[in-house]
Amino acid sequence: MIEKLRGLGAWGLQALLRLGRAHVLLLAMLRGFVDILRRPRLLVEQLFSVGVLTILIISVAGLFVGMVLGLQGYYILSRFGGETALGLMVAASLVRELGPVLTALLFAGRAGSALTAEIGLMKATEQLSGLEMMAVNPQYRVLAPRFLAGLISVPLLAAMFSVLGVAGGWMVGGGMLGVDQAAFWNGMQEGIDFEDDVINGVIKSLVFGLVCTWIAIFQGYDCVPTSEGVSRATTRTVVHSSLAVLGLDFVLTALMFGE
Amino acid sequence: MNKSRQIELWVGIFMAAGFVALFFLAMQVSNLGNAYSGDTFRVMARFDNVGGLKVKAPVTIAGVEVGRVQEIRYDADDFRAVVVLGIQDGYKDRIPEDTFAKILTAGLLGEQYIGLDPGGSLDYLGEGSEIGITQSALVLEEVIGQFIFGKGQEGAE
Repeated sequence: MIEKLRGLGAWGLQALLRLGRAHVLLLAMLRGFVDILRRPRLLVEQLFSVGVLTILIISVAGLFVGMVLGLQGYYILSRFGGETALGLMVAASLVRELGPVLTALLFAGRAGSALTAEIGLMKATEQLSGLEMMAVNPQYRVLAPRFLAGLISVPLLAAMFSVLGVAGGWMVGGGMLGVDQAAFWNGMQEGIDFEDDVINGVIKSLVFGLVCTWIAIFQGYDCVPTSEGVSRATTRTVVHSSLAVLGLDFVLTALMFGE
Repeated sequence: MNKSRQIELWVGIFMAAGFVALFFLAMQVSNLGNAYSGDTFRVMARFDNVGGLKVKAPVTIAGVEVGRVQEIRYDADDFRAVVVLGIQDGYKDRIPEDTFAKILTAGLLGEQYIGLDPGGSLDYLGEGSEIGITQSALVLEEVIGQFIFGKGQEGAE
């Protein structure tokens, strides 16, 4: 019994320590942003591997999610004679929720896991220690550009997701099912407010980008430097990021849209 | 073209596509593209009941949007709702003072908006003036209640 209690205490302390290390790392990376200004090339390289390589999965997913929304929305709305609200339904659900959330989930799976594996392997093969030996701070040189790249990429990717989703919804609703074109676009513009919906969606995706990239980099930097440790850290990145995104989405939605 | 230049090109395309997407969301999907952003002047109107009228609901004359509802508050002195309308500056001193303001509903289940029926007065509405003649929102329960009450009266005769 005493042993069990001791175990619980040790686990709690470990968790608290990890949380503390994560925040120290976040502060170090934020300080590293100044360094990036002097070497913008580092950021460009990371924007390529974090952002550009994620475009394909985001575009395909956005298009199909929009098409499914168009199809399902049409079947339900047409029961009430409300097909004209299809554009609003597709765009509102994409801009407010699905765009930021699904982008963040896909980002965690595609880019976050890659970041963790890369940084974890750098640690396992002692490249990070090597940098420190050469008096180069790996937190500034290696981690900060990856963090900033994630922060910039996610909002842009979420915007692409939403736009392609709207296009997909339009292809199905307007093209296949014959919803009136004017009603589709006007209903959308009437119902979606720039500040309340679009800006809040961008804020959401910024927060998700920060959280996903932070978790990914921390897990890689903090992993046990063995092949098993790296594989576990990669799994943890995807699981933790996904849970954090879904939980935070509820909090942010309650703050933004609930009055 | 060498490798790093190619990477720069791709990143440039990525950033541009992202900003184009944001611009598209702002102009084509949301109301920013056709929102009137110029100056407005404020006109007040008192209603017995505003129903489901919301701030930012359109104000129309002959079906054309001329402004938006800016503020809705309750006046505890005369137990009525005060609605402040922001009308586009171009219509200042162009709407007769005895204009009739009604709260209408777009379609059967649509949003509520304010319709103005211009009167014949030669005095016009300006900043801070008040519309005197108003018609409240139609509250469905009251209409049904009146209908049932009327039927009951008929039966009694």
